[in-house]
Amino acid sequence: MLGNLWLIPILCLAGAAANLALGMLRANKRLVSIVGVGSVGLATVTTFIALSEYLGQARDVIRETYFTWIAAGEFVVDASFQLDQLSAIMISFVTFVGFLIHVYSIGYMHGETDRGYARYFAYLNLFMFSMLVLVLGSNLPVLFIGWEGVGLCSYLLIGYYYEQEYCATAGKKAFIVNRIGDFGFLLAIFAAFAAFGTSEFLGLREAVAVDPGGVRAAATVIGLLLFVGAIGKSAQLPLYVWLPDAMAGPTPVSALIHAATMVTAGVYMVARTNFFYQASPAAMLTVAVVGGLTAVFAATIGLAQNDIKKVLAYSTVSQLGYMFLGAGVGAFIAAIFHVVTHAFFKACLFLGSGSVIHACGGEQDMRKMGGLRKHMPITYWTFVVATLAIAGIPLFAGFVSKDEILAKVFAAGAVDLNHFGSLYTLLWVLAVAGAFMTAFYMFRAVYMTFHGEFRGGHEAEHHLHESPPSMTLPLIILGALSVVGGILIGFPGQLFHRPELNRIEHFLHPVMAPLAAAHGEVANAGQAAHGVSLPTEWVLVITSVLVAVAGWMVARNFYVGDQAFAPARRLAERFPFVHKLLLNKYWVDELYDAVVVRPFFGLARFSWKVVDVVIIDTVFVNGSAFAVELTGDFLRFLQTGNVRNYALSVALGILVLAVVLW
Amino acid sequence: MTDIPIPHTWVLALSAALFAIGTLGVLLRRNGIAIFLSLELMLNSANLAFVAFAMTLAARPDGAEAALAGQLFVFFVIGVAAAEAAVGLALFIALHRLKGAIDVDRVNILRW
Repeated sequence: MLGNLWLIPILCLAGAAANLALGMLRANKRLVSIVGVGSVGLATVTTFIALSEYLGQARDVIRETYFTWIAAGEFVVDASFQLDQLSAIMISFVTFVGFLIHVYSIGYMHGETDRGYARYFAYLNLFMFSMLVLVLGSNLPVLFIGWEGVGLCSYLLIGYYYEQEYCATAGKKAFIVNRIGDFGFLLAIFAAFAAFGTSEFLGLREAVAVDPGGVRAAATVIGLLLFVGAIGKSAQLPLYVWLPDAMAGPTPVSALIHAATMVTAGVYMVARTNFFYQASPAAMLTVAVVGGLTAVFAATIGLAQNDIKKVLAYSTVSQLGYMFLGAGVGAFIAAIFHVVTHAFFKACLFLGSGSVIHACGGEQDMRKMGGLRKHMPITYWTFVVATLAIAGIPLFAGFVSKDEILAKVFAAGAVDLNHFGSLYTLLWVLAVAGAFMTAFYMFRAVYMTFHGEFRGGHEAEHHLHESPPSMTLPLIILGALSVVGGILIGFPGQLFHRPELNRIEHFLHPVMAPLAAAHGEVANAGQAAHGVSLPTEWVLVITSVLVAVAGWMVARNFYVGDQAFAPARRLAERFPFVHKLLLNKYWVDELYDAVVVRPFFGLARFSWKVVDVVIIDTVFVNGSAFAVELTGDFLRFLQTGNVRNYALSVALGILVLAVVLW
Repeated sequence: MTDIPIPHTWVLALSAALFAIGTLGVLLRRNGIAIFLSLELMLNSANLAFVAFAMTLAARPDGAEAALAGQLFVFFVIGVAAAEAAVGLALFIALHRLKGAIDVDRVNILRW
């Protein structure tokens, strides 16, 4: 397959085109499923063949150029893909998780009309195509094409139920908020080309590596601009607002796009361009601070949400914050590791919530659920396993990767990375607090949904049922990966003097290698971790385990047993303001509405009512016509109808001409 | 008979005088026929100027062709004037049928 990497995305694109055609022909669902799932299945197989070929040869980077896409003077962009360790990891989990979610969609979307079903799979396949272009692109513009493509598909799929206004609005919101980030990304591409004369990742890395200290200013500007793009796509403060609303789309879409793959594109991009961040302490610190703050901020909102998908959405925002926090201390490998494990357990959680919503007939409010454990055991157990993973219970996937990030952040503080040591320590404290909240709100969701008695009424209780195999099978596979995925690919071997067991660390090292340490300030926290002694690392591990278990136990106290909900209610009554603050998500949407949206509408109305209607229509258009009419009203009196007057004016005209010409 | 050439400035002066008289006639007379006659006067004053220049040029060794052109132009003007007379007189007849007069001041409905 090496040499023909383009096959992988093209298969998905072909599936999308075929499904669009099938939708127009009103083909039945069976055919659409075969095309939609089959194309992604083929892409997955192709990916793993390519992967095995890649692992069986010696080169680190395989770059394939298909044609020259843009050639304008010195600005040359190739349409080219690049397979290295990073994109290898990305394409394998994207296609694999994507395939599982496609399978799941067969069951979840069976109630749609034939046309809607085909439209859904066409968009989903198109998304896979764009995502694969994004991770395979060997330069910034190609990455950008995928970046915009996934944004488009996200918009289309959030607004899938476009008959309902709030879905269409949520789609628009996602698109517009992302546009703000994309603006930064685009500027970053221009800046990178202006500063280094290329947009190829390999070329840029070389250019930065020659003299990282000398290009610090350029690296800072480019890094920050790229991060603006990442903030939009990966839903970080202050542009995270679109992601919770994006839950208006079908649940498999939330699992695929808004949990497992697209939203992690920002993390991927930062990891891909890690050399800019390594060269710029300021950009790196910004990434860490934004990530750390988002991780805690979103977690606090998650504490008080009652919509099961909203809890997961804020959880996703929070987990993405952890990934950026990791990237911001130079632990790019840990960030990508968390991207992968997060894809497993968060996709499992979302699909599980989809299974719950499916059983409850579209109900998403956890207050009207409860006791579902008896009715849907498979969903329950996979959900619990994924919750254990995200909460950070030892040996589950989320524990391994999150703990690595936390350890690296602590290490960054301990070795005073870039002289921002105390800030990093503060971020570590915040991150640990966030981990506690993560465990709490996730177990809260589990207990509210699956434990106790069903609170949705008798009518609904009769309809409760376990989901079909097409939905439970992906759940089981993702649940299994949530258990073993972490230790399998990134066992924290350094804790046991067996660092070689941390496979992902070694595998990704060539892509994320620290730049030449010619300038002592920019240290990779990967090395920084060695600055922390083994006992300290163990203390860190035990701390995060205790924190996770504490969150779990508090949730158990609050939401299980005869006194379920009572402690939570008492707490809410004790601190009504805090409760309201969290329930209303800090009124951030309202704030943006007042500060950005309304003034913008005001500006639009001004442009319409004043600039357009008054200035352009009245003054320029009608005004000029009126001026011509008025002039004509006076000038028409020259037209006397008397031929002798005309003769006189001709004679006078000639006289004047004669005088002038003389 | 002594052959004393008339200085061409004299002829041109006569032409200018005729042209001025014709112009004034066009501007001041109301009677259509009179305006028409004045117009003929203007045309013929131009003819006179042509002939005067042709005469002068013919005296030069290399001016034969130019002199010929000047004289030929006179015939063109006479031809055009004849055509114009045909059209103009037809107009006046039509006008007379319509208004019972050929006073141009009474034909002024093509105005604001």
